[in-house]
Amino acid sequence: MPGILTYALHDDEGNFNKNSLGAISEAAKLAGEVGGEAAALVVGEVADDACASLGNYGAAKVYRATSVPEGLAQPIIDAMAKVIQDEGFSYALFGGGLLGFEIGAGLTARLNAGVTMEVTEVKVQDGKLVAERPILQDSQIADVGYVSEPGIIIGRLNAFDAKESGGTAEVVDVEVELSPWSTKATMVQRGEQRGADVNIEDAEILVGGGRGLGAADGFKLCEELADSMGGAVAATRAVVDAGWYPYAAQIGQTGKTVAPKLYLAAGVSGAIQHKVGMQSSENILAINKDPNAPIFEFSDLGVVGDLHKIVPKLTEAIKAKRG
Amino acid sequence: MPAVKPSEFPPPFDPNDVIGPPTDPEEERIEVGIAIVGGGPAGLACANKLMQLLEDEPELTEKLGEVPVAVIEKGKVAGAHLLSGANVDPSALERLFPDLPPAEWPPVYQEVTKDATYFLTSSKAFPLKPPPPNFRKEGTYTLSVSKLGRFLAEKAEEAGVYILSETAATKLLVEDRIVRGVRSGDRGRGKDGEQLGNFEPGSDVVAKATVLAEGTIGHLTYAAYDYFDMCEGSDPQAWELGVKEVWEVPKPLDRVIHTLGWPLRWGAKYKEAGGSFIYPMGEDKVCFGLVVGLDYTDATFSVHDELQRFKQHPFIAKIIAGGKRVGWGAKTIPSGGYWSLPKRFSVPGMLVAGDAAGMVNIAELAGIHYAMHAGMYAAEAIVESLKKDVDSVNFESYDEAIRGSVIEKDLYKSRNMKQPLSRGLIVGGVVANALVATKGNFPPGHWKVEDNAEPAMFLGRASERYPKPDNEVTFNKLDSVFLSGNATRDDAPNHVRIQTRVPREIAQTWVSMCPAQVYEIPDEQLENGAAEVDVHVTASNCVQCGAITAKGGRLTLPEGGDGPLYQET
Amino acid sequence: MKICVLVKEVPDAAVQKRIDPNTMRLDRSGEKNLNPFDTHALEAAMQIKEGGAIPVEEVIAVTMGPDSAVRALHKAVALGADRSVHLADDALAGSDVCATGYSLAKVLEAESPDLVLLGQQSDDGECYTIGAVVADHLKMPSLTQVIKIDVTDGKLRCERQAEYGYDTVEVELPAVISVGDAINEPRYPSLKAIMGAKKKPLDTKATGDVGIDGGAVGEAGSKTSVLALNPPPPKQAGEIIEDEDTNETVEKIVAWLDERKLI
Repeated sequence: MPGILTYALHDDEGNFNKNSLGAISEAAKLAGEVGGEAAALVVGEVADDACASLGNYGAAKVYRATSVPEGLAQPIIDAMAKVIQDEGFSYALFGGGLLGFEIGAGLTARLNAGVTMEVTEVKVQDGKLVAERPILQDSQIADVGYVSEPGIIIGRLNAFDAKESGGTAEVVDVEVELSPWSTKATMVQRGEQRGADVNIEDAEILVGGGRGLGAADGFKLCEELADSMGGAVAATRAVVDAGWYPYAAQIGQTGKTVAPKLYLAAGVSGAIQHKVGMQSSENILAINKDPNAPIFEFSDLGVVGDLHKIVPKLTEAIKAKRG
Repeated sequence: MPAVKPSEFPPPFDPNDVIGPPTDPEEERIEVGIAIVGGGPAGLACANKLMQLLEDEPELTEKLGEVPVAVIEKGKVAGAHLLSGANVDPSALERLFPDLPPAEWPPVYQEVTKDATYFLTSSKAFPLKPPPPNFRKEGTYTLSVSKLGRFLAEKAEEAGVYILSETAATKLLVEDRIVRGVRSGDRGRGKDGEQLGNFEPGSDVVAKATVLAEGTIGHLTYAAYDYFDMCEGSDPQAWELGVKEVWEVPKPLDRVIHTLGWPLRWGAKYKEAGGSFIYPMGEDKVCFGLVVGLDYTDATFSVHDELQRFKQHPFIAKIIAGGKRVGWGAKTIPSGGYWSLPKRFSVPGMLVAGDAAGMVNIAELAGIHYAMHAGMYAAEAIVESLKKDVDSVNFESYDEAIRGSVIEKDLYKSRNMKQPLSRGLIVGGVVANALVATKGNFPPGHWKVEDNAEPAMFLGRASERYPKPDNEVTFNKLDSVFLSGNATRDDAPNHVRIQTRVPREIAQTWVSMCPAQVYEIPDEQLENGAAEVDVHVTASNCVQCGAITAKGGRLTLPEGGDGPLYQET
Repeated sequence: MKICVLVKEVPDAAVQKRIDPNTMRLDRSGEKNLNPFDTHALEAAMQIKEGGAIPVEEVIAVTMGPDSAVRALHKAVALGADRSVHLADDALAGSDVCATGYSLAKVLEAESPDLVLLGQQSDDGECYTIGAVVADHLKMPSLTQVIKIDVTDGKLRCERQAEYGYDTVEVELPAVISVGDAINEPRYPSLKAIMGAKKKPLDTKATGDVGIDGGAVGEAGSKTSVLALNPPPPKQAGEIIEDEDTNETVEKIVAWLDERKLI
């Protein structure tokens, strides 16, 4: 029976990862069109109701492998390969994030399958799934089809949105025999936070600061705004050059590339060297006092004004709204 | 506002800093037979010719050791830093590879069969009939010099030459007034020159003969001229700055075009001399560029922005309509011609060839074939001398070859053509035409070449006419630098030598002149009316055009591999 | 210990990339370079060798690619690899991720490495985490996005950044480790090393030499196919607000953010 299997990543407290929930919702939507059901694989000691709750995002069934450890890909490859082969799933779909890539890539080898990575959309054509992936610095979209089954789809970070639909999933326990090499890597410490080194590449919301901030302490405005939204702070080459912010936060041709849900650019001109590092952001909001700044050509919302007046008020308003 | 000369603010640079004896212990020095600095037309023609000649000289080849010929090229690949028009006289191509007809050279787009010269006003284009003879290009071949570099390097490597790309030659090794080789640049320094974690020092490369074919920048060449007094009695060198774009176009261009007049101003006080070229590149591309002498006087004049303006003229707009910009670049070209040539082209152990040796006929916009001829003469002189005595450092037969060649002859004919143009287009035009008509004999005399940093700069109004970029036809400098392929790391050491606190006119000159937006006046000083301002340098934007050296500063070499990666310029 | 470093030749980042309309694959005719991520892998290999915690007999650069890929191998050798292996075969052209991972695994198998290092991804954006594909074929443990490697008692202690923060993982050898660019600052090759690179041994292998099943690779063996190439959906022209009454402006911004569920 055709169907789509997804992987539900969770942390040590049993909270499911947002991108995994998005993958389940996406799988449910696609299964509705192409036939079959959407299911999820969960590993580790996860409670019945937590597993069943994945039905709220569209999973008809949840396969649980309690003896498989979480956090490293290879034991999960063993589990997913088994379920896909035993149940005959036609597709495996992963939300963005490292583990999804590692598991999906491993399954490619294990199942001799086709894989598409950094997928932004999936559609149905002639009863089959077609994955869309951007190429050439997002200047073109390639439609990729699968020649055989199963097909593996690995989404870009934040590509699939979690949608609640009501419903619970049937929980099925599975026993998995681990491959000898799957036990050769052991987690010593998982998920250590390192405070200062915020990984801007994973942030959903980024506030980017540029020359328009005027001086290094302009970044205080950015930090407060970012805090109010639960986001992180990024910087342009020019201000990092001037020593206003560390290189780790630099975005652009000679810095990092990001694709957050929101990129709020404060005092950023939008020169191409910066643009290529953030142009795939889902929403771009720009505040700049120069109406001719290049950033206004590709922002979704452009505000021509003094950021020193606007940003503090915006921060207050957002704090108030979020309560 | 008083006008100020850039020459009054000389750069903090001492040519003696780039000349000295080898410093590596002997066993660590890299020994090669012949070291060629510069992977351009001159250097690579020399390298290829050397290997051809060495095929018949097995004894000499053996004496030259494991690496008979090495080419040291600062770009990522040979061709990465090359930019020109270009319509090339086939004589050098035929001489280097007689079995390969010029039309079949991979960098060649077509033979030129039709050409035209126009005089532009702000809205019209008047064909000049009869066309000025110096712009007749029939029988030449349009090619990309950037692709030429790649092609010649490929041929050289096939023949056994070592092409050391991403390597800058930063010091000329001289002992007892004999040139012994060059030293390669360090890599892995930070912004202030400090050694970073992956610091790798350069090496001394010692050779039996060193050929400097560095191109328009001539980093070691100009230092050598000073050290060895090679230019005693010559006029100073002068340069023109060319900014060029490559476009994909729906309608093929059927002729080679040169233009004069607009957008350059013809008043004598502006000293804006130059013109444009528009060349077809096969069926689906064209290239065009504006080339302007760097003796202009309006501090707000920007060749890049004049080029953007140029595209809005109906004549040009028609040619690029419906097209897409796919390339951009900028480079200077030496314009002094005959009077600026060095008096000697060789000293013990060293020969100079190509643009660095001033071998450019600016009136005809020709230099590539002279560079290649010179490279081949250098190869012949080297082999002739070393085969008699492998330790000989005497290459004077090279000087004789250059003096008796088409290089000297052609440059002599146009020796007074460029200089009159800096007296304004009317006077200049008349004089230039007289020169062309009389094949260089009238007017007589020696019209001196003036140092580009001598004319006093004033804050004029050139910039008021520059269009705001629309990103379809017109583009800003930073976007253009991106298109050149420049991705130099931000913490690269600053290779630009200028005084950083200067009168506003000088600062503005550099800011406007530089096509890559390397120089900036801090925002708060832009409008405050102060007579003196600071100049901020973003060295990593630099595309190494060389203009700063002409106008009061000095370009030294960035680390190997930095700068643009030109594809088809 | 024998270390194999997988390297790939990719179009230079500065070259305008385009798709070859005939093959629907990346046009690789322009300038090429050693994948920058792989230089980090080479540096990691050299640091393990020079670190001395475990004796390393050989560092071997391995690549799968057309004739021009030898340049990437020369560069790898100039950076310290002792020799290189080039898997070159027309039959491999057009291989997808699955076929590429399989082929690389086969050529690595022939070398029996104790450690395989490679860059996390390739600059041409064609694939991420190919290390995980290779590892499954080789039946070795795999870890990607690694930014620190320590060798202790014949095991590797690695740090890598995952969804919830930094993981510290112990991996037994033999293993496949894919490194991120934050792991180190790659060295520059010395002129001597560059000039000596062509003299180091370079073995060229065809599919038959390493037991690759021709039917499983190349265009024909591909499990995916590019059906179409389209421009991205036209972005709706952005809205521009001129700030006159800042309170009003901020209200509009908040409404916009709210509408898109960003706050």
